Amino acid sequence: MCTTCGCSSDENEVRFTKIGDKQSHSHSHSHSHLGHFHHHDHEDHHHECHHDHDHDHDDHDHPHDHHHDHHHGHSHEINIVQLEKDILYKNQLTAERNRGFFEALNIFSINMVSSPGSGKTSLLERTISDLKDKMAFSVIEGDQQTTNDADRIHKLNVPVIQINTGKGCHLDSEMISRAVKELKPVPDSILMIENVGNLVCPAMFDLGELQRVVIISVTEGEDKPLKYPDMFYGSQICIINKIDLLPYLKFDLEKLKEYAKKVNPHLTFFEVSTTSGEGLQAWYDYLAQSIKQ
Amino acid sequence: MHELSVVTSIVKIVQQEVHKIKGRKALELYLEIGKLSGVEMDSFYFVWPQCIDGSALSDAKLFIEEPAGKARCAECETEFHIDKSFDSCPNCNSPFKEIIAGKELKIKKIIIK
Repeated sequence: MCTTCGCSSDENEVRFTKIGDKQSHSHSHSHSHLGHFHHHDHEDHHHECHHDHDHDHDDHDHPHDHHHDHHHGHSHEINIVQLEKDILYKNQLTAERNRGFFEALNIFSINMVSSPGSGKTSLLERTISDLKDKMAFSVIEGDQQTTNDADRIHKLNVPVIQINTGKGCHLDSEMISRAVKELKPVPDSILMIENVGNLVCPAMFDLGELQRVVIISVTEGEDKPLKYPDMFYGSQICIINKIDLLPYLKFDLEKLKEYAKKVNPHLTFFEVSTTSGEGLQAWYDYLAQSIKQ
Repeated sequence: MHELSVVTSIVKIVQQEVHKIKGRKALELYLEIGKLSGVEMDSFYFVWPQCIDGSALSDAKLFIEEPAGKARCAECETEFHIDKSFDSCPNCNSPFKEIIAGKELKIKKIIIK
């Protein structure tokens, strides 16, 4: 059992909930079928699970103990498979498929990543309520538990689906592929994917988004980009949130930008306050521009 | 703890390869996990035994190469060693660079019986 991530006990399986439909269903995340280290059966999994559960290990006490050196003419054939394959190739493959879908329909998909509490959901709410008369939105919410965030977005009357990752620490491209099939985002729209609040793990998993946006609030440390470089390295946009609080904090905005640029000199910054609305217009202009063809 | 996803992906890929050639099990497994790949090796080794238990990899010997980080400066084209992805060019101090090694996350080779 995965003691830390715990990704695959029954109560921790990945759950998809389309808010408004009142139907929730779950499926086990594909990696939970691996390795045979969980002995419970998933009686209802009908998605890909190519390996054969019957492959036999019952000859462990083979009477002839073959040494594992590579004798030729050995009774058991030894095969050398020069694989040269990326470990996360499956995630990348699905991510590219997702991206192709988004590009074909001009769906501007954004993967929003940050630590918990930086204001991702509030930024989403504000953005959608200010812009939804001008452009179409749909939202995928990723959290370990609860549909709280999706419920908040649902109040704005935009299509939203909640993915609960159980104890999983990040979304992956397979989850997005599945969520998108249910969400059915319309062409020429914006798809906001709010990743699990975590500055480490989501960095490694391409979802097939067109842009990755890292959000940091001024109540966090300026040196966060240096502490969690992968997330800033892999993003194209950095939104600095809660700038209305700057007068009350010892926070050096320029220093943050300097550190972030050190990690990723190509980053584009937006300085905003979701509460006061300051700086949001630039962000809105950017979104409008992105779905204009 | 994304190392768990990484290890389970490895197990899945290797099992597929073993079954593809109708082998019984993997004897040796050669991986390349770069220093800048974002994988913590401690976490990796922590989840490894649990993930391979009962699989075709349960007896596999693990060989891991960990290529060091290397970058090429976008300004002066100096190639230099990097420990962190945000190290600047030692020659011209530019942060603009292309990381040319250290991000590897690969299965190189599997020996299957």
